[in-house]
Amino acid sequence: MQALAQYLIQTFGLPVPLSVLSPLLGFMGGVVVLTAIAVQAMYLIWLERKVAAHMQDRLGPMLVGGWHGWAQSLADGIKLLLKEDIVPAAADRPLFLLAPLVVFVGSFAAFVCLPFGDRVIISDLNVGIFYIIAVTSFVVIGIIMAGWGSNNKWALFGAMRSAAQIVSYEIPVGLSLLAAVMAAGSLSMQEIVAAQDGGIHRWFAFRNPFLFVAFVIYFLASLSEVNRTPFDIPEAESELVAGYHTEYSGMRFSFFFLAEYANMFAVAAIAATLFLGGWQAPWGGGAPIFGVIWVIAKAHFLVFVQMWLRWTLPRLRVDQLMYIGWKVLTPFAFACIVGTGAWMLVFKQG
Amino acid sequence: MDGYLSAVVFYVFAAITVLSGAMVALSSRLIYAAFSLLLTFFGVAGLYIFLGADFIAATQVLIYVGGILILLLFGVMLTHRIYDFKILSTRVQFVPSVIVVGCTFALLLAVIFGTRWQMVKEAPPEYTAATIGKLLMTTYLLPFEAVSVLLLVALIGAATLARRDLTSGEES
Repeated sequence: MQALAQYLIQTFGLPVPLSVLSPLLGFMGGVVVLTAIAVQAMYLIWLERKVAAHMQDRLGPMLVGGWHGWAQSLADGIKLLLKEDIVPAAADRPLFLLAPLVVFVGSFAAFVCLPFGDRVIISDLNVGIFYIIAVTSFVVIGIIMAGWGSNNKWALFGAMRSAAQIVSYEIPVGLSLLAAVMAAGSLSMQEIVAAQDGGIHRWFAFRNPFLFVAFVIYFLASLSEVNRTPFDIPEAESELVAGYHTEYSGMRFSFFFLAEYANMFAVAAIAATLFLGGWQAPWGGGAPIFGVIWVIAKAHFLVFVQMWLRWTLPRLRVDQLMYIGWKVLTPFAFACIVGTGAWMLVFKQG
Repeated sequence: MDGYLSAVVFYVFAAITVLSGAMVALSSRLIYAAFSLLLTFFGVAGLYIFLGADFIAATQVLIYVGGILILLLFGVMLTHRIYDFKILSTRVQFVPSVIVVGCTFALLLAVIFGTRWQMVKEAPPEYTAATIGKLLMTTYLLPFEAVSVLLLVALIGAATLARRDLTSGEES
């Protein structure tokens, strides 16, 4: 927020010192992100139901709110808030109560480093993308906490599967992101975006064939990180009821739900930033306000692809999941790193 | 104002680290001890950021929270019956442990108060990741390679240990 604060003071001559405005903007950014996560999670749930319905030749929610049932998620959200918060008698109470918060904090913290425009970023850390990969590991701990604290075999199975899956797929995720980081020569999110300046052919996904493969690997592996089909075995309804959040109800359940949709958006926004030019327009550059629109449009396209895959592909088995993670995605990600390095050496381009 | 604020932040992180570390050591339930480690790692990462080592802080969270802590939790959950909620740590050999801990504490105190701490006046380097990378590839190349060979050995060892014994497996 420092850059934005500086910009505001210089352009509009605000009579506020930088040391006051910068933390204030940071706080406001946090509030805005929190609200945006809640609102867009409701929107994405509605969208998911609509996409699912249309792919199955149905209409989906049509009644609540009038136009195509737009207020359905709002009504569901209010219902969830009013529901009783049940803690099972045999649950491990402190862990059960704490788990949704840990999960939500993990996914919320990733938004600190997501750039939405030239100066619209809460904090442009030097280790930006590395920080994001690091803080999202809190989510796994929260999931294990929920599974253990629930004292329910389905919840525990779901948590174990989820943890094993996320730990395995963190490797292809990290390696494929590393290819893009190599091409940019920086871990900072804003510098990665800046390195893709100059139109669609400069975006990392289209810069060289290896980076395109890295983009596909990241997208697939991130599906697994957010427990989406075809990697949704942690919440496989037909075997595990609902996985790690089986015992949760009301507000705490909705925290898991919010975190899940926030994560979907976050991984899509990371993919958009690292491989699809971030907040830049396809013809290069990006006006201050349009940057936000571009990054959200790109991320939402990827979220739509996630939903599309959910209603197209069946669920993998556990052994197939591990096979794809370790024997397909990881070696290919290594090949992408070597290939990108060689490409950069041969063609002398960053 | 700035120094005051940073002192407050430092003591908050130090308190988080020490208190959760005490939880780890004193908690009688093993699972609580493991989850308390989460806060300890978080506090240590905060202290690293305080020292200007942002790359180390992120690595700390990634390796310890994302890897080691999860393995620990798996270990706690898998080595006991899953529904056994009372996985307790017990106290054995109270007197010898007090002696050992007391000696270690005295040694640490002697080191802490014996060292002449130097206050670094210059600002920490801005791009720690790039500096660390360059140093690893130039000055510290040999230790870096030695560590990677060590890790490879550990990997091969783990794979060998975990592999089913094929010769005896076929007979039984």
